[in-house]
Amino acid sequence: MREKRPARREFLRNGAALAGGLTLSAAAPALGQQAPAQPPMIKGEREGEIGYGTRSKYTTSVRIPHGGRPTPDNFGLTFHVASPLQDQVGVITPSSLHYYATTRGSFLPDIDPAKHTLMIHGLVDRPLTFTVDDLKRLPSVTRLHFIECAGNRASRRAKTVQETHGMTSNAEWTGVLLSTLLKECGLKGNAKWFVAEGSEEVKGASSMPVAKAMDDCFVAYGMNGEAVRPQNGFPMRLMVPGFEGILHTKWVQRIKLVDRYYMNYNDFGHLDQDKKEAALSYQIGPKSVITYPSGAQRLPGKGFYEIRGLAWSGGGAIKQVEVSTDGGKKWNKAQFQGTPQRMAHCLFTYGWQWDGNETEIMSRCVDEIGQAQPTREQIAKYWNKTFDQTFSVPGLDNSVQPWKIAKDGSVTNGFA
Amino acid sequence: MASRRVLPVAFSLLMMSVPVLAQGPTYGIGRTPTAEEIRARDISIGPTGEELPPGKGSAKEGALTYRSKGCAGCHGANGTGGAAPILKSKDPTNPDVWARGRILPLRAPFATTVWDYINRGMPLNREGTLTPDEVYGLTAYLLFINGVIPEDQVLDQQNLAAVKMPLGDNYAPLPDWKPRRPRLKGYPY
Repeated sequence: MREKRPARREFLRNGAALAGGLTLSAAAPALGQQAPAQPPMIKGEREGEIGYGTRSKYTTSVRIPHGGRPTPDNFGLTFHVASPLQDQVGVITPSSLHYYATTRGSFLPDIDPAKHTLMIHGLVDRPLTFTVDDLKRLPSVTRLHFIECAGNRASRRAKTVQETHGMTSNAEWTGVLLSTLLKECGLKGNAKWFVAEGSEEVKGASSMPVAKAMDDCFVAYGMNGEAVRPQNGFPMRLMVPGFEGILHTKWVQRIKLVDRYYMNYNDFGHLDQDKKEAALSYQIGPKSVITYPSGAQRLPGKGFYEIRGLAWSGGGAIKQVEVSTDGGKKWNKAQFQGTPQRMAHCLFTYGWQWDGNETEIMSRCVDEIGQAQPTREQIAKYWNKTFDQTFSVPGLDNSVQPWKIAKDGSVTNGFA
Repeated sequence: MASRRVLPVAFSLLMMSVPVLAQGPTYGIGRTPTAEEIRARDISIGPTGEELPPGKGSAKEGALTYRSKGCAGCHGANGTGGAAPILKSKDPTNPDVWARGRILPLRAPFATTVWDYINRGMPLNREGTLTPDEVYGLTAYLLFINGVIPEDQVLDQQNLAAVKMPLGDNYAPLPDWKPRRPRLKGYPY
């Protein structure tokens, strides 16, 4: 630092001496021989978005329709839209990139929050309706939670992690515990289930156990520091932490307490023939995936790479993540970035030296109640089925996702 | 330091008052809806059919509504061949109901599910506009083309919930969910 001072003083003296008829910039070429050249000035442009900021025009990551069904479909309905997990930085999915799905395909309802109410009725002592302003007066919770669609499974045709795993996202949600609202209404003894109903045109409705309602469900009006986005349920949605995405009823307008599974259209779609398959629905199993490097990316050459990925479980917080860089022979403990939250994505990293040889990388996790993420081979063995490319995981698919890395650095789906 | 001793006492007093509070509202926030308001907004039809409105309809009437309300345009002339989900099994004689396909008026364990869904979700862009008679008729028509009820059976508020669906109780009950418990003990091993 001391050596630089004379140079600066000299610069100032020279500048002062030349100030007679020359501008400072005109004197710059002569000075360039003494001081290191500055990087060229980047031309600015008028700030475009003062009210609500936008991302850089060089950031082009977008959501895509998921699975075989086009979105919008033949009727103009939105069905399944997947989040670009390969581009996500950190643990929060930006609201604009949060995955998006609807009950049977639907349009986006245009709801005036001043006119919207949530009515709670049925097997309660006091039916009540709540406005958004009512909810904001009540004690709130702010929690990080993932939401994952039950249809989030990797096909062998999928190329990117957006195609294999993009129907899950993670946001910070703010709202009022459903238990708070239900206590205001007073639950009757025979209220064992509740039906939550949305206000989109199809009024999607699902039955859920009251035990879940009293444990940790909440009615959210906030998402990532602002109001819940319309595609995510504005002005209020139900959060059912760790349960299938469809149950997180968006645009929620009515909750009815009932004495049995109500067999709504959504419920009928959830029926299974097999008791064990039924047990693997509702609550999302422990799941993890490497997002970098992942399918369709390319490593420029051998050397160091920080492997990054996401892990989550409907059973609670993630306790451990392991990464294998040799096709599953050796498993290495990954590091958490931040403390894993219950029923939330957590970010894991693992430093890796790639030797330039062909290999397969994958991750697996264990949650706080001891559930472990299985491989597809393990799942096939459990169900006494042959593991081949036609094997489909029964229930929700939380299997280990392998990524193949070729000698030229290209990354492809390990199931292809 | 003194406050540290006072707090637990205050807490235990608060805890003692909880059972009393549990009987009544704690915050007094929210408005009591009128009985009419609840009736108007409550469109849930459960398996017992207790919420069903008065009305009736047969398959013959339903077939007319199916055409006049545009159902055929999306679901096909007779429940198949349209762009929207099929409403009639392509394998109707298969003794395994599960193998006949995931078709609402066939695999639903209760006819009330069919009624509820038509009433709340159909037809596209005009949801909620069908009259109860039209919904009873459409339900009867869809059950008839799937061989569940005869063509001349009239469905109404009294008999809809009693319709014997082909699936019966041949489905797994939903798990008795409890917090902090594995989905399936021993899965995958």
